[in-house]
Amino acid sequence: MTALLKVDAVSKRFRGLLAVDRVSFEVPEGSIFAVIGPNGAGKTTLFNMIAGVFAPNDGAISFNGERIDGLTPDKVCRRGIGRTFQLVRPFPALSVEDNVIIGALLHRPHVETARERAHEVLRRLDLYDKRAQRASGLTLPDRKRLEVARALATDPKLLLLDEVMAGLRPTETDRMVAILTSLNRDTGLTILLIEHVMRAVMALASRILVLHHGAAIAEGAPEAVVREPAVISSYLGAEAIT
Amino acid sequence: MIARLIEGVPRRTLAMLAALLIALIAAPLVSGDYLLTVMILILYFAYIGQAWNIMMGFAGQLSLGHALYVGLGAYTAAALYVHYGIGPWIGLLVAVPIAALAGAFIGFLAFRFRVAGVYFAILTIAFAEFARVGFDHLAWTSGSSGLFLPVAQYTHNDLWLLRGHPVMFYYVILAATALAFIICRALLQSRVGYFWLAIREDEEAARSAGIDTFHYKMVAVVISAGMTSFAGVFYAFFYNNLFPEQVFHISRSIEIILGPIVGGIGTLFGPILGALLLTGLAETLTAALAALGVDLPGAKQVFYGICLLLVIVALPDGVWPWLARKLGVRERKS
Repeated sequence: MTALLKVDAVSKRFRGLLAVDRVSFEVPEGSIFAVIGPNGAGKTTLFNMIAGVFAPNDGAISFNGERIDGLTPDKVCRRGIGRTFQLVRPFPALSVEDNVIIGALLHRPHVETARERAHEVLRRLDLYDKRAQRASGLTLPDRKRLEVARALATDPKLLLLDEVMAGLRPTETDRMVAILTSLNRDTGLTILLIEHVMRAVMALASRILVLHHGAAIAEGAPEAVVREPAVISSYLGAEAIT
Repeated sequence: MIARLIEGVPRRTLAMLAALLIALIAAPLVSGDYLLTVMILILYFAYIGQAWNIMMGFAGQLSLGHALYVGLGAYTAAALYVHYGIGPWIGLLVAVPIAALAGAFIGFLAFRFRVAGVYFAILTIAFAEFARVGFDHLAWTSGSSGLFLPVAQYTHNDLWLLRGHPVMFYYVILAATALAFIICRALLQSRVGYFWLAIREDEEAARSAGIDTFHYKMVAVVISAGMTSFAGVFYAFFYNNLFPEQVFHISRSIEIILGPIVGGIGTLFGPILGALLLTGLAETLTAALAALGVDLPGAKQVFYGICLLLVIVALPDGVWPWLARKLGVRERKS
């Protein structure tokens, strides 16, 4: 498999703080790749550099063989990377349907074709029946899925998910896992997720990268990574591997 | 064309719209000169409110300096007429690009350098003030002593030169308001309209959904400024006199935005309803006070203040969303 996303020795400094320290990894096309690590490990910073929120101080990020570091978020999205926000940000006063239509309009000039695409996505995300509701009135699990729907409607090749499981009950987590698994299986969508909920990570990811204090301390298949002593001591804690 | 326009509009809404339009077309038959002037004023504010609403209600960019575009339109068309005898419709072809360019310039400065929210609003005030001071000293438009158009002869109506009876002006501004309504509806239902709403709701989320927010904010300010300048052309030819101190003054900019705020920001009927309520009631108040022989300078301003206060407290989304529910009609997006 070829790498869809290639992150090569990227670093990001905020004044004195080195938030991300020469991190490198590759996300193969069609895979589900997870980034885990304790709070403040630099996961969201890494994520924001890929999504174009800010440029890395050093290193390179390539997507589909082209450099994307330093591009603005809208340009990154148009290249084929969709993202969600850790704290969900749907367009609150608009209907669920309009939220997703806006995403679908990125590569479609007409509202009606965008609406068809939006309906397709909403069905996949179990939101079709709620399409006429205002986004601000949705429950948190629904808003989380709406975020995914809006990103998905932009027809990304790579979907960046920033803690979409956070705050969900176990049944809701399983529902999200099932949706993401079927998306990956049916459409070949590549997914890069930041996640704290290990139950979801273990169920989804084919590879895991562990960050600690901005640096990568382990990378590999999930079963192997969670047994590494460095990962256990810094993040999971001894009880996690029982 | 017409089929496309009314596509998706519920029959009930359509019937009400038709009734309203017929009433407005028939109105001059029964109204006297005074009432006609009041109705011209209402439609004038409905038209500008609609244009301002594109920026604030759709794209979420607060402009407190729309008097700038009114003034640029007014002065351009009036000066061309006074100096070269060029009629207002040709003048409009010059006025619209000038106002749109001014809007593009302000928009570029603000959006390029991430001037947003309150700071953007202050920037728009600043440019209207620059224009006011500048025109005060511009000899070509007679500076602060004012630019006057030859007073109209009411014996015959010349639509091409916009010289004639108030009834003609009434139909011109009615047509413009109807056209502005149709344009705004079409914009709101287009790709651009969806992108504007996304920017209004959450600019960062809009950007990460692939929307070039700079580009679409520029489109909003250019269209809004260009549309607003027509109101200026109309103003110049209706009132026949222009003073920088009046047309560019911040109180003009505030007057423009009261209608949409009272009626409902971001709605299509809000600017129209707001203009009707504010101007209609304020003129009624003035007339009532005059009839009673009471002389209360500033009563209109106090009335505007009270209206604004009441709406903000009781109906923060504006009167129209509330009235629409009562009438059983609704706009698909707010």
